[in-house]
Amino acid sequence: MSGELRMPSVRFRQEREASWRTLEALVDRVQRSGLRSLSAEELGRLPVLYRAALSSLSVARAIALDAALLAYLNALAARAHVVLHGGREPFAFAFRRFWAQTFPRAVRSLRWQMGVAILLTALGTGVAWRELARDPQRWSDFVPPAYAQGRGPEATDADLKAILERKETPRSALIAFSSFLFTHNSTIGLASLGLGFAAGVPTAFLVLTNGLILGAFGWLYGSRGLAWEFWAWTLPHGVTEIWALLLCAAGGLRMGQALVFPGRLSRLASLRRAGETAGVVALGSVAMFLVAGLIEGIFRQSVGDPAIRWAVAGSTLAFWSLYFSLAGRTA
Amino acid sequence: MSASSIRGLETPEGVPIQLELASVGDRLVAVMIDLFLMNVLGIFLAIIVVLTGARGRAELAAAVMLVVFFLIRCFYFPILELRWRGQTPGKRATKIRVISRSGGPLTAQAVVARNLLRELELFQPMVILLAPAAIAGGFPAWVGLIAGLWVLVFALLPLVNRDHLRAGDLVAGTMVVRAPPMLLLDDLGAARGQPALQFRVDQLDIYGAYELQTLEAVLRLGNTLENAGALTAVAEQIQKRIGWTPGTERVGPFEFLSTFYAAQRARLEQRLLLGERRERKRPAAPTAP
Repeated sequence: MSGELRMPSVRFRQEREASWRTLEALVDRVQRSGLRSLSAEELGRLPVLYRAALSSLSVARAIALDAALLAYLNALAARAHVVLHGGREPFAFAFRRFWAQTFPRAVRSLRWQMGVAILLTALGTGVAWRELARDPQRWSDFVPPAYAQGRGPEATDADLKAILERKETPRSALIAFSSFLFTHNSTIGLASLGLGFAAGVPTAFLVLTNGLILGAFGWLYGSRGLAWEFWAWTLPHGVTEIWALLLCAAGGLRMGQALVFPGRLSRLASLRRAGETAGVVALGSVAMFLVAGLIEGIFRQSVGDPAIRWAVAGSTLAFWSLYFSLAGRTA
Repeated sequence: MSASSIRGLETPEGVPIQLELASVGDRLVAVMIDLFLMNVLGIFLAIIVVLTGARGRAELAAAVMLVVFFLIRCFYFPILELRWRGQTPGKRATKIRVISRSGGPLTAQAVVARNLLRELELFQPMVILLAPAAIAGGFPAWVGLIAGLWVLVFALLPLVNRDHLRAGDLVAGTMVVRAPPMLLLDDLGAARGQPALQFRVDQLDIYGAYELQTLEAVLRLGNTLENAGALTAVAEQIQKRIGWTPGTERVGPFEFLSTFYAAQRARLEQRLLLGERRERKRPAAPTAP
């Protein structure tokens, strides 16, 4: 009497090996050349074969002692698992759902952190304004020279005003300017989002710095009686841009908060939740920065009338407020 | 595969799968390959832009380049990890992959989140190491130093936790594992043409699953000349332990071990079906010196 007749694991393997090999070949092909390389019929068989392999793995663990067989089935199941569950939604569907639901919901979930970010900005603005009103010489403490570009307490009214005016610029220069603004602001926004993991400290610092710069310019133009023109120049894109920056900061603060105060969740679980929101905010804010960059680079340089600029600023404010407060609400 | 780097993962179907964690070294090599490719890609695209579109439209070319560099820096990792199911060229080269720790699908949010934190873990530390002035710019040097230390703490995170999770993995609920090789070896229990050695039940009730699988590993080394010493030693050890006396026919150590393996596995699996799993061998009989 030989062992093989009595050994169920040998027969188990002989009966199922063909289906494992088929799955292995399919998984190999998907990993090498993508899901599209499978025919409709193969695509239909994939999940069936996958579940069969998983059940083989469970059974083998119960009845077989062949280490090579267990290792193979484990590897097969792991690879097939990635193919079947590593999947993505169709892009168009995911795209629509992102804007209709995921993004506005994530933003609403961040309202407290948004509040903190707004307070920090307001604090920076107030401090810079007050300090400069007392001592204009402190200008360079608040505004880095690269940012000021000659604007400062020493600049004449005419110089300051000239910056706010419409200029005849070739279209390609406008596009170049827009793309610079878009990439520059997105990089800062994403940095403040990512750096938030470090307990939120770098993010808070960036937001505060932003507030300081905003306050310094507000004071400068305000003190020259150019407030109306200055804000007309800043806000059409500023509403979108500052909003996106605040969102990034809020997402960053949320991550820092999840790390330091996980609340009732485990620290890992709380970080994970915060990370999900942060990922959504990152994608959404990059799009907002793109919009802001286009407004700033193209619209602002082409339209000079402060009244129209104010109108655009007001409508962007209305648009984002309505979008974030209403989109994706259930019932 | 060492036991300390094996992690269990439960698929949505409820079947646990075991995976080996990627080593920090593999991940470092992978990220270095990816950074290199990002630079090559950037330079390559810059050359194309300069050669094709720059004549007379320098500003437009600069605009395109800015956007391209931005897209490469921010979206190289997320787009590739999404499209290639948790892999980038660097990860493919080192045969590692990102998966969700929960066993569920790898979502776009998770991929974006884990790569968002590269800013904190990779790009900022690189800036600090290469150009400290860029961080401290305008601030006293000690501010830069503190900022540097602060950021380095997060960059070194994968070295100090059990699962080598970096901050991005924590936030995204992911981990990086080795893509297991799929190799189905022959079933040693199904080998034919073996000499019909007989073992008594009490001879097969000594060893457990652990010894069986160790024996399997020895047998898989093959019946080769350099392996002969080990085979003989193992065969003698087993023969002594089970009290086996050679019958009329002479068998070599490899034939003996193969036959014993099949018989032992049959016995243990039979008992497994009845719900008795023996992990380890029985302790030696007290009469033995």
